[in-house]
Amino acid sequence: MNMYAIRAIYCFELARTWRTLMQSIASPVISTSLYFVVFGSAIGSRMTEIDGISYGAFIVPGLIMLALLTESISNASFGIYMPKFSGTIYEILSAPISYVEIVIGYVGAAATKSIVLGLLILATARLFVPFQIVHPLWMIVFLVLTAVTFSLFGFIVGVWADGFEKLQIIPMMIITPLAFLGGSFYSISMLPPLWQQITLFNPLVYLISSFRWSFYGVSDVNVAVSVGMTLFFLVLCLTTVWWIFKTGYRLKS
Amino acid sequence: MQPVISVENLTKAYASGVKALEGINLEIQRGEIFALLGPNGAGKTTLINVICGIVNPSQGRVLADGHDIVSDYRAARSKIGLVPQELSTDVFETVLATVKFSRGLFGKPPDPAYVEKVLRNLSLWDKKNAKIRTLSGGMKRRVMIAKALSHEPQILFLDEPSAGVDVELRRDMWQMVRDLRISGVTIILTTHYIEEAEEMADRIGIISKGKIILVEDKTLLMNKLGKKQLKLYLQSPLAYIPAELAGYSLELSADGNELIYLFDTQGEQTGIAELLRQLAKYGIDFKDIQSRQSSLEEIFINLVSERP
Repeated sequence: MNMYAIRAIYCFELARTWRTLMQSIASPVISTSLYFVVFGSAIGSRMTEIDGISYGAFIVPGLIMLALLTESISNASFGIYMPKFSGTIYEILSAPISYVEIVIGYVGAAATKSIVLGLLILATARLFVPFQIVHPLWMIVFLVLTAVTFSLFGFIVGVWADGFEKLQIIPMMIITPLAFLGGSFYSISMLPPLWQQITLFNPLVYLISSFRWSFYGVSDVNVAVSVGMTLFFLVLCLTTVWWIFKTGYRLKS
Repeated sequence: MQPVISVENLTKAYASGVKALEGINLEIQRGEIFALLGPNGAGKTTLINVICGIVNPSQGRVLADGHDIVSDYRAARSKIGLVPQELSTDVFETVLATVKFSRGLFGKPPDPAYVEKVLRNLSLWDKKNAKIRTLSGGMKRRVMIAKALSHEPQILFLDEPSAGVDVELRRDMWQMVRDLRISGVTIILTTHYIEEAEEMADRIGIISKGKIILVEDKTLLMNKLGKKQLKLYLQSPLAYIPAELAGYSLELSADGNELIYLFDTQGEQTGIAELLRQLAKYGIDFKDIQSRQSSLEEIFINLVSERP
């Protein structure tokens, strides 16, 4: 294992975050905090509890998950897309490193950033709304598992993208709407029966619901199914990444 | 002695059907400076990219210092440094950070003293904390070289190293290449400046349309294929070359003031003495005389243009 190479990629990616601190960390923390101010403190105080949880506290896991998903995808996709765009990918491809090491470097850095961001948002949320974490260990497990899985997905997006527009399409046009419709702001039991069934096809329902379970011990869906769905998506992403490197898709002719 | 690079029957065909390389066989000897020449699109960069691991070969085998570039890629790639043609750098990074990154990427532990030496040799030490985007094109080219040397490679590929570089830097780079060779590094360069190959290379390889058409020691090549030219500046213009001199390879300049005689350097006799006697016989006087050997560039153009 070329540990120096993994470290080089990992540190390089984290250094990029440090250079773009406002965009990478401050901006998502501030924008998520606005949700807590508006929906948690302002409007939330006039709304009824959901499953015995105050509305402000109810939306915390969903909003953390939304930030975690979009940032994991953005960080990882940007990380591998930039060397392709600038031409510096030649150095990665000509270095004595395996595909596994490349993925660990890029995905590890993207997941680290997302996890740090998720924890920062968690701490910020505590300033606006009181909440508890019933299963803190599971909360960390879900946080890490989601960050790694969607960073892998972001890596795939970054390899696939041939322009900056495509980098934005997945987080903005797919993940954000699915997170909004996946129970970030409501319990799916509040929907009419038909829409409850349709919503179950939204994979983010499982992520948000299980993450909320780690906070409050209540979930819209079976937690084991949620873990299974996340692991299934992780395996799907790993298989796709393996195929990318095997074929050289958009990396190597 | 085992060659440091050995290419056997290498072919690269793209999905579109275009064959960029076809049956390439090439051996580069340890410690030499090898210049790969060829017109645009001949396959120079593709060949380098295959050897370095950036492009997958379709057929054939490449060994770098005895290691297969596919099955033993870690050992093979760790021996190789590449300075690509394009100035591809992380423009927001500092010089020092990007060189350290390259060293780490190639699996080498941090060595501040070595990195400092590389940067000093390339006159980059004063710029170590400068962002790459603030550097001139020539300095960026030096950064690319520093990155390629950061992991102490035994084989260095320089793909068009002089592209966009001023004369002074080019001379500095030539000196750096010579110094590297003295330290035992094998250098393979592609260049459009054939003067560069003529100046530095030990051996020349010519590639055209994806095939190696010639590999030869530079001096031998220039002796074997080079022509010498004798230029006579006439006292008075000549309207035409006398028919009696038709046996000589003579050309008359448009204004009739210069008579040019081409002769083979490999011939037993150049024929100059006899020609001068003949000129005297026909009353053709000259005021000055100059001889020169054809350059590598002329040899290269002749070789490439001769092929269908």
